[in-house]
Amino acid sequence: MVFEIFLTYLKVFVVGGAICTIAQLFINYTKITAGKILVYFLLAGVLLQAVGLYQYLVDFAGAGATVPICGFGYLLADGAIKGAKIGLFEAITGGTTAAAMGITAAIIFGYIFALIFKSKSKRN
Amino acid sequence: MKTSNDCTNQNFLNYVKSISPKTKQRRSLIRAFWVGGVICMIGQTFRYLLEFGLGLSGDELSSYVSMIMIFLGALLTGLGVYDRIGKYAGGGSIVPITGFANSVVSPAMEFKTEGYIYGTAAKMFIVAGPIIVFGIASSVLVGILYFIGLRIF
Repeated sequence: MVFEIFLTYLKVFVVGGAICTIAQLFINYTKITAGKILVYFLLAGVLLQAVGLYQYLVDFAGAGATVPICGFGYLLADGAIKGAKIGLFEAITGGTTAAAMGITAAIIFGYIFALIFKSKSKRN
Repeated sequence: MKTSNDCTNQNFLNYVKSISPKTKQRRSLIRAFWVGGVICMIGQTFRYLLEFGLGLSGDELSSYVSMIMIFLGALLTGLGVYDRIGKYAGGGSIVPITGFANSVVSPAMEFKTEGYIYGTAAKMFIVAGPIIVFGIASSVLVGILYFIGLRIF
């Protein structure tokens, strides 16, 4: 049991780290800005899940694959595919439903913390 | 003597120039790797806690894990900690979902002076907006393609 958990953490660390390293490679060797990298990684997650590949990475590495932004893309595509098996309405709303918690959390926490805290960038 | 000294100086400077960007880039890759890996391990810890502590599973489990990670990312951005992590780790802090939260809170705080509607609420989506637009648009595309594909084949 302990060994299994250790092995899972190792997989999470390696896969999550590798995805971030790919992003850093783009930052170092191309002139793509951080915002565009996020969009490309998201679309990569959607595309990989649309052809059914990202599921293997999620089964293998757990949070190492779901915490990076491509995991958000995976969630969107997975919801849409599951919905498509039910009907057209679910096919259209499935992705947004699956991502609803992430988007809602970002809006609610984002707005609350922006109200509470002041920007530090000008003080530095 | 003086010229040779200048020459060695010049050689040394050239040497430094040829070496330093590479090591700097290699260092940035290592930093992105371990910080990104550790953030994912924190996510895995919450996965275990919710799975064995509250008995959640499937979509519910992963949704609550991303909610907690977004909460932490937003809180650390508000406290000014996440920007320091970002300076150190680069891609390691941008790509995890906490970086998504950071990209929401950071401009929202910065543009608070322009008001709560056109400042905070509007500028929240400078970076996150495109992600949501492309994410939802591509998921609808995937859904419709699967819907058609499943009924034809």
